[in-house]
Amino acid sequence: MNRFSIWTYAFILMVLSIGLIYSLPNLYPAKPAIQIAYTDSGKSADQILLNQVQDILEDQSIGVESVGLKDNNIIAKFNSFDDQLAGKAALQNTLLDRAIVALNLEPSTPQWLRDIGGGPLKLGLDLSGGVHFLLEVDIDSALDNRLESLLNEYRKKFRDDRINVESSRKEGKELLFSFASDEDYNKALRMFNEDNITPLGTPFYDLKPNSVRNLVEVAYSQNAIKEIRDYAVGQNLMTLRNRVNELGVSEPIVQRQGSSRIVVELPGVQDTTAAKKIIGKTANLEFRLEAASTTSRLRKEEFDFQDERMGSAFLEKNIIVAGERVTNASSGFDESGFAQVNITLDMQGGRAMQKATNGNIGRRLGVLFVEQKNKSVLIQDAEGNDVIEQTSYIEKEIISLATVQAVLGTAFRITGVGSPQEASELALLLRAGALAAPMKFVEERTVGPSLGKENIELGVRSIIIGLLSVIAFMLFYYRWFGFAANIALFANVVLITGFMSLLGATLTLPGIAGIVLTIGMAVDANVLIFSRIREELKEGKDPQTAIQEGFSRAFVTIVDANVTTLIASIVLYAIGTGPVKGFAITLSIGILTSMFTAILGTRAIINLMYGNKNIKELRV
Amino acid sequence: MNFNIPFMSYRRFATIGSLVLLIMSIGSLSFKGLNLGLDFSGGTLIEVSYAEAADLVDIRDLMTNNGFDDFQVVNFGSNSDVLIKVADKNGNSQLGDVIYKFLLDADPSTELKRIEFVGPQIGSELRDQGGLGMLVALGMILLYVAFRFQYKFALGAVAALAHDVVIILGLFSLLSWDFDLTVLAALLAVIGYSLNDTIVVSDRIRENFRGERGFEPDEIVNRSINQTLSRTLITSLTTLLVLFALFFFGGDMIRGFSQALIIGVLVGTYSSIYVVANMLLGLSITQDDLAIPEPEGAEFDDMP
Repeated sequence: MNRFSIWTYAFILMVLSIGLIYSLPNLYPAKPAIQIAYTDSGKSADQILLNQVQDILEDQSIGVESVGLKDNNIIAKFNSFDDQLAGKAALQNTLLDRAIVALNLEPSTPQWLRDIGGGPLKLGLDLSGGVHFLLEVDIDSALDNRLESLLNEYRKKFRDDRINVESSRKEGKELLFSFASDEDYNKALRMFNEDNITPLGTPFYDLKPNSVRNLVEVAYSQNAIKEIRDYAVGQNLMTLRNRVNELGVSEPIVQRQGSSRIVVELPGVQDTTAAKKIIGKTANLEFRLEAASTTSRLRKEEFDFQDERMGSAFLEKNIIVAGERVTNASSGFDESGFAQVNITLDMQGGRAMQKATNGNIGRRLGVLFVEQKNKSVLIQDAEGNDVIEQTSYIEKEIISLATVQAVLGTAFRITGVGSPQEASELALLLRAGALAAPMKFVEERTVGPSLGKENIELGVRSIIIGLLSVIAFMLFYYRWFGFAANIALFANVVLITGFMSLLGATLTLPGIAGIVLTIGMAVDANVLIFSRIREELKEGKDPQTAIQEGFSRAFVTIVDANVTTLIASIVLYAIGTGPVKGFAITLSIGILTSMFTAILGTRAIINLMYGNKNIKELRV
Repeated sequence: MNFNIPFMSYRRFATIGSLVLLIMSIGSLSFKGLNLGLDFSGGTLIEVSYAEAADLVDIRDLMTNNGFDDFQVVNFGSNSDVLIKVADKNGNSQLGDVIYKFLLDADPSTELKRIEFVGPQIGSELRDQGGLGMLVALGMILLYVAFRFQYKFALGAVAALAHDVVIILGLFSLLSWDFDLTVLAALLAVIGYSLNDTIVVSDRIRENFRGERGFEPDEIVNRSINQTLSRTLITSLTTLLVLFALFFFGGDMIRGFSQALIIGVLVGTYSSIYVVANMLLGLSITQDDLAIPEPEGAEFDDMP
């Protein structure tokens, strides 16, 4: 009685060894490293760069453990943090702008573990240090932009089709068109309805025709708004990824959250202000033709030049192409040695540019630089105190206004962009992409590297102290049964670490608290079983039957109790953010592994100790 | 250990005790409210560390001179660590950087430990989400317990959980402890823990009701509680052991979390003894409630 088949033991051993193997990588400390990549994101690191890095480090006699290629980057590992910093300075001073040099921590997991997909636990920002940003995409302004260009599009269409428009304007979230005659009105309405047929059958516009007053109100349908939102968020997401890549952070996270938010996490970033400046740069470009002097005031806008000495100029309201159509940009020099920026547009952008410049050779094309800025103003509150109020506003300035020499397509160049330095900055900004809609920071958490390290130490210390005190108590109170429970408890901690590493779950400070809590609660199942066995013994059952009954009768209770806790932790996962999600993950994994170790694991040990033996007396 | 404590004879005192605690908690919550942490209130928080003990008065002066009016400056953990909290100003996310800059100018040894900014919109969303999550968790647990046991047990379990949660919230309000996301997490963990206890006791009550005929309900409930008492106490003890380890050695960032859980374990242990049993007896549970259901359809035979 009380024996498991060989297969059950084999199963338990198998699960335990998987847990053990995958928790092993956590024993190898991460090494200080430097990550080097070409500034041009289209170019992967190669042997040439690798040799250069090696030479530079050798020249300065900086001790390096290894230098190698890894996913488009070069990784140099060092034995000390001092060497790492010295290495960074040396590389940066020599490679300058050609490469992005970033500090990094490289796991030193042995190759055989990496081959089977092993790796250390990912650390949350509260443990690794770094920055977390939550940005909200301003959908309203994306919609405004779209409506504005839609208005221009229809004005042009009506002109081409000789439909007489009495007035056309944008009012709030809709466009108002009024027509001179019934005939114009009907023609226009037919045009709107034709445009509104989409392949999926879901209308793109909500049309409100008024045949009495010959008026048509056009607004985007819910569907269209969703599409525009998805597009704007998707575009911004891509732009942010590019910008983050330019920062050279290892393992950054850039993800959409909810309908219009984006999370950016940069582990290990130390200069947070610089990171924020680049992430938060809400710059965009607009290409517009210069307005002719005869153009109506309603169709043109006046902008200042970025270079104040040049005054201002009038541009058409119609935007030909905006920055999100730019696929590549580089700086260079023209024939006479002045700085220029070479721009490549995508197909759609190229077509629009071609259409706009065709027939407009000789006119001037303006490039507008659009930037969201914050302004502080001193105002007085209700009590008459001076308070500083921050408002954000959009600034648009002309950076270049040059004559169109030929019909432009997907590739063209802008001249007159100032110094070579300015040209290269503009190219970088264009390359990293533009935002489809402005964004603002709605949440930000920065954890300094010292606090992260401190949190790990404190967390590990409380796990060890908690574990030791529970182990001591169980040994004292339950003797040999307590010993069995302790082995199960230990196995549980190994399993939690192993499975979290295997699943790629992130460990946070509350996550560590979750492990500590699991240690305290995991013995509950054993306590339940042992109390049952005691009761059975008291009722006069023989030891073997008591063990058998104790386990089987406590089983239902344990499952019920754990399922309910699991429900609570799933809800926690659903509502929580960042660190709290980490707590929910460790708690859920802990519940599952503790059921395995406390029921099956303890049983196996007790079976090994007492199974099939003739025991007269059992002390529990 | 064998227990034979007549718990149920004291149940009136327990009821009065619970009611007093609940009324105090609800009173404090409605008049004083919770001291909401940054996660829920929105605003900016900055933690810095100095080489020596920090002069809080100097830092306060520095803040005032730089145009801040609604702020708190306190020591955090040790006297060389300082925590500054600033109320939200129209969602301005730059305040933390601004403050760190002038602190650094005043004393170059200032080391930045963390900056947190939570916009007002996020704060209120997290508040709503937290409250909603709590209700969803309670609702789902109610369903599970009703499905596995019986609705009277479910009501008892949820009453016990609500009892625990309200008392912890009340204590946090009364003592003006910061209520942030980690405390909310602790609260949900308390729900899980307290439920653990409740289920174990309920399970035994059900077993005893089914097993033995001819006893008064309060006698059976009392015996069930005594039978599970040693387990209840041992589990509470081991959990408290690790929580105290966390409280003393886990650092300041999760102190609120361990505080909430320590109180939760104490209150939860009490509630699984008294609140559930009281509810069951109050709803006059009988042996018929727990009889294993007969196959349906046998007695409904009213077809013409």
